[in-house]
Amino acid sequence: MAGKPKLHYFNARGRMESIRWLLAAAGVEFEEIFIETPEDWNKLRNDGYLLFQQVPMVEMDGMKIVQTRAILNYIAAKYNLYGKDVKERALIDMYTEGMADLNEMFIVLPLCPPDQKDAKIALIKERTTDRYLPVFEKVLKSHGQDYLVGNTLSRADIHLVELLYYVEEIDPSLLANFPLVKALKTRISNLPAMKKFLQPGSQRKPPIDEKSLEQARKIFGMK
Amino acid sequence: MATKPKLFYFRGRGRMESIRWLLAAAGVEFEEEFIETTEQYEKLQKDGRLLFGQVPMIEIDGMVLAQTRAILSYLAAKYDLYGKDLKETVRINMYTDGTLDLMLMIALAAFKPPAEKEQDLALVVKRAKTRYFPAFEKILKDHGEDFLVGNKFSWADIQLLEAILMVEELDASVLSDFSLLKAFKTRISNIPTIKKFLQPGSQRQPPPDSHYVKVVRSILHF
Repeated sequence: MAGKPKLHYFNARGRMESIRWLLAAAGVEFEEIFIETPEDWNKLRNDGYLLFQQVPMVEMDGMKIVQTRAILNYIAAKYNLYGKDVKERALIDMYTEGMADLNEMFIVLPLCPPDQKDAKIALIKERTTDRYLPVFEKVLKSHGQDYLVGNTLSRADIHLVELLYYVEEIDPSLLANFPLVKALKTRISNLPAMKKFLQPGSQRKPPIDEKSLEQARKIFGMK
Repeated sequence: MATKPKLFYFRGRGRMESIRWLLAAAGVEFEEEFIETTEQYEKLQKDGRLLFGQVPMIEIDGMVLAQTRAILSYLAAKYDLYGKDLKETVRINMYTDGTLDLMLMIALAAFKPPAEKEQDLALVVKRAKTRYFPAFEKILKDHGEDFLVGNKFSWADIQLLEAILMVEELDASVLSDFSLLKAFKTRISNIPTIKKFLQPGSQRQPPPDSHYVKVVRSILHF
């Protein structure tokens, strides 16, 4: 009898958040085991559970899967969120990788030295409006469908909507010139599984605060 | 009538090298257009052939594909190098994500100032010796098979060999504690398509030098 997937990570967004979103979108209940002390972290590594001594790690279907993308690919394929053939999958992968590049900038932002933060935020805004959102607006315009690929919900839609929430947290006006992308966000947010995940009390994580950042630094022995 | 895939990138390893390796290992002939001027790059962008304005880009099977991992996944699946089921695929993904992380550290180090570059490359060797190679040595030991996944040649084997050779360029003794990886290296290097690719005159690119760094910096403005 398959138990629920178990997510091993910090109690924070980081690299695990997109995995939480995808599982939630697929309607899959999951458990979380938070790394909260250096002892937790050492135990996880010493027990040999982490292939490359890193998290995220997800226990699922008898495996201990590491590497964010490997985990996401597995979940997407298993729950039919990866397109119907290789060509759709190639489009989904292309779009998803672009989103991951922008998402990476959000993920590392909390670790940025204070004097560089403004410049980093400015770059995020520029990339959002000049490089990434125009592409997705154009894709949606080109086929006029409700989803990015193959007229069906896929991981590409979920990852994009997650990203749009982060963009809004920085500056809601960034979405102003992208009406189709905005409409996708509304549509996806209203899907029952997503609606539930977007409510308070779900396993969605808030932006990291200074206290959690300090805790993470301690766990890793960072200065 | 199938035309050859065409690769668009700078004349160097960077993010395209793993793609060259995969095509070569699969025995697929490919063409390359090397981007050597800003004008060339801007034309590709203006013509709308670079989805996010970036390279690598590959024209294949009537598609214009961007994003390194999207390209690699497509090729791995197309040439039957991606496992026989989802459980094998996820292992291949885990292993290739790890080796790609390591190789990208090397690619990015080339653009750092000398002191930082030296530090970064020392970290690459350390990570290889203490994080990545022990993991792969254990995988080979645990199943005792010739290939990393499913007793069959896959993308994971190609990329591990590529990573081993790259790290050996930084430290020739890096495999000294890893006897199974040594044997693996020999075995995979002797696969005919790979043996051919490892010969001089193939489409394999050399390590980044100051000229390559200069060209890329001037075109990408950093």
